[in-house]
Amino acid sequence: MRLRAWDLAIERGGRRLFEGLSFEAEAGAAVIVTGPNGAGKSSLLRALCGFLPIEAGGFTLEGGDAELTVGEQAHYLGHADAIKGALTAGENLVFWAAMLGGAATRATALAALARVGLAHVVDFPARALSAGQKRRAALARLLVARRPLWLLDEPTTALDASSQSAFATVMQAHLDAGGLLVAATHASLGLRNAKELRLATTP
Amino acid sequence: MTATSALFVREWRIARRIGGGASIGASFFLILIAIMPFALGPDLNLLARLGPAILWIAALLATLLGLDRLFQADEDDGSLDVMMTATPPLEVIVLIKCAAHWTASALPLVVVSPLFGLMLGMGGKPLMLVAATLAAGTPALTMLGAIGAALTVSLRRGGLLMAVLVLPLTIPVIIFGVAAASAASGGAAPFLTPFLMLCAMSLIAVAAAPFAAAAALRHVRE
Repeated sequence: MRLRAWDLAIERGGRRLFEGLSFEAEAGAAVIVTGPNGAGKSSLLRALCGFLPIEAGGFTLEGGDAELTVGEQAHYLGHADAIKGALTAGENLVFWAAMLGGAATRATALAALARVGLAHVVDFPARALSAGQKRRAALARLLVARRPLWLLDEPTTALDASSQSAFATVMQAHLDAGGLLVAATHASLGLRNAKELRLATTP
Repeated sequence: MTATSALFVREWRIARRIGGGASIGASFFLILIAIMPFALGPDLNLLARLGPAILWIAALLATLLGLDRLFQADEDDGSLDVMMTATPPLEVIVLIKCAAHWTASALPLVVVSPLFGLMLGMGGKPLMLVAATLAAGTPALTMLGAIGAALTVSLRRGGLLMAVLVLPLTIPVIIFGVAAASAASGGAAPFLTPFLMLCAMSLIAVAAAPFAAAAALRHVRE
């Protein structure tokens, strides 16, 4: 499986963020998108999900399911956690497992929470979680359903050092299992087989 | 659990746990109806004649109440982004969310409306028939409201704008709803014709509105 993007150009609010952007990633490889604020890192990820239109170029997931869009084969983790405070952490994850094509059982949710070190809060209302715990619950969403491509926007925000290294292990396991990963970040994620894609601001 | 039933259960749980769920819409409905005799005076004949119209207007307002958060709550916490990458198509997601919203907020109104009709001096059989018109017509109101909610999803204070967009579209539903309800409470016109029109409108809205709302959601959020 291979993610290929060619000659991408994206505009936001009448301003061209970048153009002529091409990159490739083989299965097991990570693309780390870096660049100053406003360079278009988040917009690139949202465009790959299909939320934003692209002005030129294209992208495809070679070896993926031709019936599905790239977004439907991807896990998207944005700035917001997509965790409902009114539900428990477990209910949130069971719901996302069902929606994203995983096994919607409590066991799935528990296993995913255990991998981010949150098994003890499975029956807590999510509104009682701290910002970092909520973020980890959002990361657990990536584990409740198997999808080949992970699109992560600042995944380690609000995480403490030990959670960051725990999440690095989770990401590395995803890559080692033949997954793909595109992450926009300012921090180092500590991944092997990662290449940097640097976006510069256009004047 | 399939994706659609998981979504329905989630919407239902959220509606029940925050904002009082079913009871708050019904309370709003009750207050609107209770205010009417104060505004119109205690003339029972007048109230009985206006009863169906009052019940319908109150149901319209109570249905729109809370609909502006239908998609906005999910937009605010990022859930809508993830839903757009989910296995079910966005049209199905819209339909299920509307179904859950209808059962959580409109269905209780239908159930309690005969009780409130008593306060407007309406008789027994008309009350049941008016409840039937509400049951047949409120799905159309919810589905039309969903289009407005989708269009205003990215606006902070979209509630009023949504009402401005949606209320004109509900006029046909109101016309046939009140026509059927008035016929039920002793008007000269037949009951069945406007009632069937009302059912048709709800069916069309259920079939078409998910596509309109999903298209709006995709477009507005670009």
